[in-house]
Formats: sequence, structure tokens, C-alpha cells
Amino acid sequence: MQLIRTTTVLLSGALLAAAWSAVAEEDAAGGYVASRGPGGVNPDLNGIWQAMNEANYDIERHLARASMSLREGPVGPVPDQATLYLGAVASVPPSLGVVEGGKIPYKPEALAKRDENRRLWVHRDPEIKCYLPGVPRATYMPQPFQILQGEKEIEIVYQYAGAVRNIYSEDPGPAPVDSWMGQSVASWDGDTLVLTVTAQNDQTWLDRAGNHHSNQMTVVERYTPTSPNHLHYEATIDDPETFTQPWKISMPLYRRMEPNAMILDFKCVEFVEELVYGEYRREPLPRFELPDPSVESAESE
Amino acid sequence: MRAQRTNAHKAGQFNLITWIQLAFAVAAVVLIVFAVNIAWGDIPRLSDGKPDLSGYYDTATITPFERRGSSEEFLSAEQAERNAAGREGWRARELQGSDPNREAPPVGGDGSGGAAGNVGGYNSFWVDPGERNFEIDGKYPTSIIIDPPNGRLPPVTEAARERWRNAISSRPRGGDFGRQNNGTAWWYPGPGPYDDPEVRPFPDRCLSGFGSTAGPPMLSTLYNNHKRIVQTPGHVMILTEMVHDARIVRMNGEHAPDDVRRWFGDSIGWWEDDTLVVETTNFTDRPNFSRGTRDMRVVERFSRLDEDTLLYNFTVEDPNVWERSFTGQYAWQQTDEPVYEYACHEGNYSMFGILGGARRMEREAMEKFAADSGD
Repeated sequence: MQLIRTTTVLLSGALLAAAWSAVAEEDAAGGYVASRGPGGVNPDLNGIWQAMNEANYDIERHLARASMSLREGPVGPVPDQATLYLGAVASVPPSLGVVEGGKIPYKPEALAKRDENRRLWVHRDPEIKCYLPGVPRATYMPQPFQILQGEKEIEIVYQYAGAVRNIYSEDPGPAPVDSWMGQSVASWDGDTLVLTVTAQNDQTWLDRAGNHHSNQMTVVERYTPTSPNHLHYEATIDDPETFTQPWKISMPLYRRMEPNAMILDFKCVEFVEELVYGEYRREPLPRFELPDPSVESAESE
Repeated sequence: MRAQRTNAHKAGQFNLITWIQLAFAVAAVVLIVFAVNIAWGDIPRLSDGKPDLSGYYDTATITPFERRGSSEEFLSAEQAERNAAGREGWRARELQGSDPNREAPPVGGDGSGGAAGNVGGYNSFWVDPGERNFEIDGKYPTSIIIDPPNGRLPPVTEAARERWRNAISSRPRGGDFGRQNNGTAWWYPGPGPYDDPEVRPFPDRCLSGFGSTAGPPMLSTLYNNHKRIVQTPGHVMILTEMVHDARIVRMNGEHAPDDVRRWFGDSIGWWEDDTLVVETTNFTDRPNFSRGTRDMRVVERFSRLDEDTLLYNFTVEDPNVWERSFTGQYAWQQTDEPVYEYACHEGNYSMFGILGGARRMEREAMEKFAADSGD
């Protein structure tokens, strides 16, 4: 009798705790309770996911524009020489933006650098040279990524550039040196996977619009299942060197539903060899010379 | 008040009875765990009962891929110890080159050959090719290849021999490794191994690691021999640190269509008892295991030897190259050292040096040629 009573108390305690954590998660999960993943404790985030938005063009709220790389024309901005021949293919589709509040709270000098980045986009965007994308940009590159969630560990593999991350289940302390994808430490907040990313270098960008950060950036990502085929993604970006205050992006992530969906090879390094090394060929192919970026940069100052 | 005292009294009873029950329960659990351990072996398992292969591994070994000379099938434990001591001595000697008090190298380099030529290559500070021979069941094999039984690759088909002969005779390209670097464009004026980025090997271009480190088959090489395995019910990821190459094995899946050719082939997997079996096909024309062709088929078997060691076994067949299949295996040591980011392309200034240096040497050769014919 006593045993039964004890068990009942314990059980109702557990139920209460479960109910409480469900309520706590209701904000992001919208009341949805995901099926459990390997080990039976945490929700199952395994799968191939992809953002479906315009964030990689420009995470801020923006109207459509003629090109990722503009110059002044006689009447208004027109595509520059680097993107001219791509026509509408190089234009930027519009978006309500993924930044909470629409605009990034840049410090004035950081905003000036962003504007310069945008003007010199073709020379500076690391995506153009197939460099590792950094976080959070990796999440909303226009290519799928796969979350691999085992019982004890998590890893994310991105199709773009075959990028991977160093995700630790236990915090190993500060990273020995900065890196392109940074160091990520995983934890669970109820049914939300929290990845805290530090030690990213200052070479990655946030989009194709010149939005940037320093190596002092901390990104806290939150992945919450909201249906069997959706995750709610949030990233809080804190970088006192670049921004006046922490700010947040959020977006849904969608499961790739094709029954044969898989991460394929996108080793873009070989696709940029002509761009990066072409002039060092024994017999270089003809190419258009772009205006010298240092001259452009000086003129703009 | 009375009710509380009664409850306290009952609590005392509860303690006595429960301790006895608890003791029996604990004994039963211990017995069950013990029995399960006997049945399953002393290896880590996941909650679904599958062996837990996840973790970080150091795959470096000084045991060669092919058996050297006519040595025995196994080393004695003493010989393995001597090899390890010898390796330690080599390391110490090599490190003298990193002594900050050493003399400067001679002007113009030390004349050494190899990829780094006159400036001298990596010394042991930069490499990590393993410290010991691997051990399986208390034995130290003298090669990774175990079949054919002579520990060497099987005979090559006549067609493959013919193909390689033609390839070698038609190219001065590529064959620069180990050549004495005398600072001149030795290939001039003919086509050379530095004409275009595409003729450089994959590792120079940061397209994949060298020595078939990411495979398959995945082999021990000069450095960066760390792997990470993440195991989920539907997929197993095997990450090779060098050039951050992740293979994702689809469990119980079907191969991609035949014309989907992949850098590391297309891998599907399944469990045979406690062994993870991975079959890989759909290679490109230039597989990581460079002797193979697009028709290679590799079957890898991953199993746990114990809680610290994984046995990696592979069988390779390729009718375009070998008269029969071959099988190899070696031990992967679990390690506390995680993998780190290997951002190769992002800092690949070497390609500018390789290609730009060749253009300069050609210019100098051209000028010398012009001056000589002017005499």
C-alpha cells in the first residue's frame, strides 16, 4: 500500500514536471510535442533540413534590387560589370527579412564597413570563393543540411562546401584558436536544442549583402521542433565590437520531403579555381578586368 | 498531531521492509546486467542494443598497408616494442631540426628532394604517422592487407597494366614528387605538372586529403589521422579531419542512381549481428584510393574489439584493376582528442606559389633559351 502510494506520488511528480516543461516550451513549439530521438529523452531532430527564404541574399528587410552588385548609373543604380551579363539571374529578390525589428543595430563604423562590403561585394563575399560559411549563415544557405543526432552527440553537415561543425556535448572550455565554423557547445532547454557558438573568425559574412561581424561574436542558436517536418530556428547574435546590442534572427526550417533526399557533393573549391588561380595558368584564358577594388574603395572614402 | 505520529511510525516500518526489498531488487539488476554482458560482450551499446561505434578515433599506425619483403605474418611483441622505441628515437632526432638554437640552413637550400625541395620538408613536428604497430587479439600483423595471405595487393590485370603504361609515357605531368628541385623549369618547353590548377593532385587543391585518408578504404597516412563517428538509427557519419570530409552512410538504404558519381562514392549500410557493414559504389573517375576506378566496390566492416578499440575491415574489388578482390583490416584507437576544423582552401596560398613559381621558372628558362640562341 505504501509502495503504491509512493509510486503514485513519484509518478504525478514526473507528470507535473513533464507538463510544466511542455508549457514552458509552448512559445516556440506551439504546443507540439515531438517524438523522442535516439536514447528516448530529447526530441528527434534527425533529418535533412533547409531554410526557404531570401536570408542568404540579405537578412535585413529589403525590397528587390537589380543586382547583388550595383554601381551608379545615369538615372539610378544599375548592375556593375561583374554581374551585368547575368541579368535578372543576379538580381536580389525581396524579403520582409529575418532580423527581429528589420534592421541590424550596427555601430556607425560597422555600418560604414557593411556599406563598403556591399559595394565591393564581388571582391569580398567569402561565398564567392567557396569559403566556409560560418554560423548562422550556414543555416540559410540555399542548400540542405543534415542534423545527425545520436544518443550522446550531435553533428551538422552542410551540403554547401561540405562544411561541418565542431559540436561538443560537454563544454571543452575556450577554443584554442578562432576558426571559420567556430566551436559549438550543445545543450537542451526542454525540447529546444541550444548551440552556443564562439571562436568564429571575422572572415565570414552573414549574407550576400555585406553584413558582417567580428571575432568577438557569440551566436546562440535554438532549434525547436514545431511539427514532424518543421523546426523553429532562432539565433541571437552578440558582438559588442560590431553591434550596439544583441539582436536576433528567426525563421522556420523545413524538412526535405523527397523520399530519396540526401546530402550530395558540393565541393565548390574546384568551381572557383578558374576565378582564384586562373591568371596563374600557363596559358590564362581571356577575362574581363574588373575595376581595381582598392581604387573604388579609395574613391568612396 | 496524532495522524502525524502514526505516519512517522509507519515510515519506520516502511524503511525496514523496503531495505530488504531494495537489496533483492539491486541483486536482481546486477545479475541481469552481468548476464547481458556475457551475452553481448563487454562493449559499449546504445539503448537499442546496437554496438555504440560513436566517438573520436586515432587511426594512425606504423604498420604498412602492404607487407614488406618476405616478413612473417606477425611481429613478436618484442619486435613491436622495438619498432615503437625506434619510432620514438626517429621523432627525437627529427625534432632537432626544430631546435631554435640550430644553425640557419645553407643559402639556396639544403639540396633535399621531395615535395618541398630545397627548403626542406616537414620534420616530425608536423607529422603524426603513428607511434606503434596496431594490435588485434594480442597479435601484431605485419601488414594491413590480410588477403591475399601474402599481405600484398593482388596481381593487376593486363588491361590495367597497359593503361598505366600509356598514362606514364604520355605525361610529364604529376610525376614531380621526389624529383630533385634544382630551381629550373625542367619540363620546359613541353607541358609540365604545374600548367593548370586542375593537373595538381586533390590534396594540393584542398579537394580531399591524401593517402586515401577519407577513402574508402580509409587508410592511415602522414598526419591528421583522426576520425569522428556519429551514429543515428538512420545514418552513420564518418568524418575525416583532413579537409573536413564527412561520409554519410544511409542505413538500409538503396544506392543512388548509377550516374550519381560521388567523391567518396555512395555508401549504404546495414547491421550483421554486431558488425556495421557499409557498401560503397558510384565512385568518380578519380577515387580517393587512387589505384581504383569508377567501378570499384568497397565493403567496410566496423566492429568493436573492446571499449577503446574499433576493428576496421575492408574488402575492395575492381575488375578494371585487380584480378581478384583484397581485404585489409586494422585497429582504430578511441581517443579523447577531438577533431578540429581543417579549413584548407581558405588559406591555400600554396597554389599561388606552385603555379606562380612555375610561371617564373618558365620565364627564366625562356630568357636563358633566348640568350643562348643569341650567342
